[in-house]
Amino acid sequence: MNQAQLAVATGARAPVGLPAGGEPQQYLVFSLCGETFAIGIRSIKEIIEYGHLTEVPMMPELVRGVINLRGAVVPVVDLAVRFGRAPTQIARRTCIVIVEIEDGPEAAAGAPQVIGVIVDAVNEVLDIPAGEIEPPPSFGARIRSDFIEGMGKVAGNFVILLNLRHALSVEELSGIVETADGMARDAVPRELTLAGPGLAEGTND
Amino acid sequence: MNIDAARNTFFEEAQELLRQMEEILLAFEAQSSGEEAVNALFRAAHTIKGSAGLFGFEGVVGFTHVVESVLDRLRGGAIRCGEELTSLLLDSGDHIGTLLAAAAADAAPDDAALRRGRELTGRLASHLPPSAQTPLAAVNPPEPEAALAVSGGGPLGGVDTWHLSLRFGAEVLRMGMEPLAFIRYLTTLGDIVHLETLSEALPPIESFDPEACYLGFEIDLRSAASRQEIEAVFEFVRDDARIRIVPPHAKAGEYIDLIRSLPEEAVRVGEILIGAGALTRHELERALQAQAADAGGRRLGEILCDKGVVQAPVVEAALDKQKRSEEKRALEARSVKVPADKLDLLIDLVGELVIAGAGTQLLAGRTHRSELIESASQVARLVEEVRDAALRLRMVQIGEVFGRFPRVVRDVSRELGKDIELKLSGAETELDKSMVERLGDPLMHLLRNAMDHGLEPAAERLARGKPARGTVSLAARHESGSIVIEVRDDGRGLDRERILKKAVERGLVQESQSLEDGEVWRLILQPGFSTAETVTNLSGRGVGMDVVKSSIEALRGTLDIESRPGEGTCMRLTLPLTLAIIDGFLVGVGGAQFVLPLEMVVECIELPAGDGADGRDYLDLRGRVLPFLRLRELFEVPQPAPRRQNVVVVSHGGRQAGLAVDCLMGGCQTVIKPLGVLFEKLRGIAGSTILASGEVGLILDVPQLVQLATGREANRLGGAARQRALQS
Repeated sequence: MNQAQLAVATGARAPVGLPAGGEPQQYLVFSLCGETFAIGIRSIKEIIEYGHLTEVPMMPELVRGVINLRGAVVPVVDLAVRFGRAPTQIARRTCIVIVEIEDGPEAAAGAPQVIGVIVDAVNEVLDIPAGEIEPPPSFGARIRSDFIEGMGKVAGNFVILLNLRHALSVEELSGIVETADGMARDAVPRELTLAGPGLAEGTND
Repeated sequence: MNIDAARNTFFEEAQELLRQMEEILLAFEAQSSGEEAVNALFRAAHTIKGSAGLFGFEGVVGFTHVVESVLDRLRGGAIRCGEELTSLLLDSGDHIGTLLAAAAADAAPDDAALRRGRELTGRLASHLPPSAQTPLAAVNPPEPEAALAVSGGGPLGGVDTWHLSLRFGAEVLRMGMEPLAFIRYLTTLGDIVHLETLSEALPPIESFDPEACYLGFEIDLRSAASRQEIEAVFEFVRDDARIRIVPPHAKAGEYIDLIRSLPEEAVRVGEILIGAGALTRHELERALQAQAADAGGRRLGEILCDKGVVQAPVVEAALDKQKRSEEKRALEARSVKVPADKLDLLIDLVGELVIAGAGTQLLAGRTHRSELIESASQVARLVEEVRDAALRLRMVQIGEVFGRFPRVVRDVSRELGKDIELKLSGAETELDKSMVERLGDPLMHLLRNAMDHGLEPAAERLARGKPARGTVSLAARHESGSIVIEVRDDGRGLDRERILKKAVERGLVQESQSLEDGEVWRLILQPGFSTAETVTNLSGRGVGMDVVKSSIEALRGTLDIESRPGEGTCMRLTLPLTLAIIDGFLVGVGGAQFVLPLEMVVECIELPAGDGADGRDYLDLRGRVLPFLRLRELFEVPQPAPRRQNVVVVSHGGRQAGLAVDCLMGGCQTVIKPLGVLFEKLRGIAGSTILASGEVGLILDVPQLVQLATGREANRLGGAARQRALQS
C-alpha cells in the first residue's frame, strides 16, 4: 500500500500523497465533464479507445457496460454519474482508462478489481511533488470529499487528485446496483442516499 | 522423491482407504457380506499399517495392527461380523483417522484419543484368540511371560500344521540372538507339535567354538497364524539363518481361493503370492536372487516349487490370476491425479481456443474461399471435441458427495433411535467438480432435517399404518441443462398450521392472509425459523434452512419444497451445471446480443402480428397458453421495435415460457465468463461471454427472468388494486 493510502487510512489528512522521500509522484491528468482530474499512475493498467462496449440491461447509468479486455470481461463505469453529473457524452476523444483497485478489506482476500473508467479526454502525465498537494476542501469541489485524495497544484491551477478506492469502491458500487435492481427505479442520484464510508473505515489493510 | 510429498500421498491414501473401509462396513450392516469385501477390508487396514510403518507413525501402526488382527480372524472365518463388531470396526476406523490426523500435524494424540485407543484396543482384543493377543505388545507394555503362559493351552480355531526348517547361522549367538528364544516365541503363535534338534553340524570338540551356533531345528507348528506372522518371528535372524516355512497342505486350497479373490492389480506372480499370504516378501527376495543366479532362465514359479516354498497348484493359480490382471489392465486406463488448478488452466485455455476458433471461422466465411472455410470448420470441430474432453475432465460423479451420507444416516438413526433406510439413486450423475464440493453441506443439512423433523418415531409410524422403518431418499438427475437433486422422506410432512402459527408469531405473515401451500412451505426458509418443538442435537435451532437456501442461491440454484401431510416432504434443488462452456443460442434485442443456454430452448416461433397488441403477454401455442416476456420492455430498449419479432420458447423446471426478441441468430459456442462482483446482485443475467466478433455477449438467466417478470406483474396488479381501493 502506498503512502497516500496509508495517510488517508490513518486519518492524517494533510499532507497526503507523500511518498516517503518526498519525491514526486506521477499522475494521469484527464478531463471529465469539463473539469480536470488526476489519478495516481500506479493504479492505471492501460488506456484504450472507447468502443465495443456491451450495455448491460437493468443496470443503473453508473455502469455503462462491459468490454472484452483480451479475454477478460471488464465493467466500465461512468465517473460523471458517480459524481452526480449528467452521463458522459461519447465523443471523438472519449477514452476508457483501465484501473486496478485494491478494494479495502477485500484486497487481502482476492485479486484487485479491474474497472474501466470513461473519461472525456486524456491530457497528460504529470509529476506532482508532494509539497504541491493540498488537503481536499471540506466542500466546494462539488463531489464527495472522500473521493478526493488531495488537490494538486498544476501551473497555478488546482487539479482534483482522485481517491479511486473510495470513488470506485466495489462494495458501494454493487450496493448501487442492488438498489437499482428493485421494482421501482427512479432517476434520483443515489450518491445522496448512500452514507459515505467514514475515514476510520478504510483502516488497516 | 521428496519425503514430504510422499508423506502427503500417504495421508491422502490413508484417508481414501479409511473411506473405503467405512463403505464396506456400512455395506455389512445392510446385508451379509461376501468374502471379497472382508478381504478388501483387511487389505485396506494392512496397507495403512504398512505405509504408516514406513513413516514411523508407531501409534497408527500399533492400533491398526490390532484392527488388522481382528480383520484377519474375520477373513479366516474364525469370527463372524455382527452388528457389534461392525460398530466397533467403524469406531476403530474413526480412531485410525484421529491418529492419522495427529500424525499429520506432527503431534502426539491427545489424552482423549489415547483413552479411546485403549478402550477400543480392549474391545478389539475380545475378538482375538488369547494366543494372538501378543501382538498387542505394540500398543501395550509387553508382558512376554503372561503371553507365554496363556499360549500354552488354549484350543485353536482353524488349526493347521506348518513345517519350519531352521538352520541358524554360526554368527547368531555372537549377534546376541538366542535360538531358544525364537522357538519360545513361536509358541505364542501356536503349539509346537513336534521338534527335532539337528546337531549334525556340531564339530569335534577340539574345533568347537563356544560362541558359534551349530544347531538346526525341524519344527511342526500347529497354528492359525499366517505365513507372514510366522516369518516375522524370525525377523532379526533371517539374514543369518536359513528359514524355510512349508505351509500345511490344507492351506494350498485356501491360498488358491485367496489368489482368485484378490483385486486385479498386482501384475507380478510374486506380488500375487504375497498378496494371498502364500509367500513372504523375504522369501520372494530369496527366490528372485536365486532366479537371477540361475543360468537356466527358469521362471520364478518353478524356483518356488522346487524349493518347496509354495505348492505347484498355488503357483498356477497365481499365474492364471496374473494373466487375467494383465488383460483387465489393458482394458482400463489407469487414473492419474492432477491438481485442480492445472485443470482449470487447461479449461481456461480451451475456452480461449473456442473463442479464437469461432472468430477464425467467421473470418474464413467472409473470404468465400471454400478450402479455407472447410479447413476452418474442421479445426472448429476438433476444438469442439477438445472442449468436450477437457470439460469431462472436470466432471465428477455426484456419488462423491453421496458417498458420505450412508454413514451419516446410520449415525443419526442411532442417535435418534429411529430405523432409517437411505436410498440413493443417480449417484452416477455428473456435474462440475467445483459444484460438487459446495453441495455437500447443504445436502447434509437437508438430509439431517428429513431424518430429524421429517420422519416420525417408529411407534407413530406404525400407528399411521406406515412401515416402522422410515425411508429417506437422495436422487440426482439431469434435466434440461440443470441438475436436479431431491431429498425426500416418507415422514409426517410439513405442518401447515404450525408453520403459519410460528410465522404469525414472528410477524412474517398476517393472520388474515391466505397463503397457498407453496408459499407456506417457503416460510421455513426464512432466517431463524424452526418449528421443532424440541431442539435436538441435530437440528431445530433454526439456523439452517435459510443457510441452505442462500448457499443454493449462491450456486445460482433454486430450492423448491413439496409436502403432503402424512406422506412426506421433498426438497428439490435445481442447479445449473455451471460448466465453463455451454452451447448457446444467440438472440438480438435492440442493438445488443444475448445468449440463451441452448438446452433450455425448445423452439422458436414468430410473434404473430396481432398478438400482444392488446397488451396481453401470452399467445396460443398449438392450443396451449404460452405466457411470454418482452425482453425489449424489460431491458428498456429505446429503439423502435422491428416489424417482425420472434418468440423463443424456453423450458425450465417443467414449465414453458416465451421470450420475445427482435431477431434470432442461431447457435454458438459460449465460454462463460463471470461478470464480477459489481454485477453480483444483478438478476436475469447469468454471466457473460466473448462473442466471435470479440464483443461481450450477456448470458440470460431464464429462471430469474421469469421470476422477475412474475414479480413485476404481481407488483403492478397489486398497485392497481390498491389504487382502485383508494378511489372507491
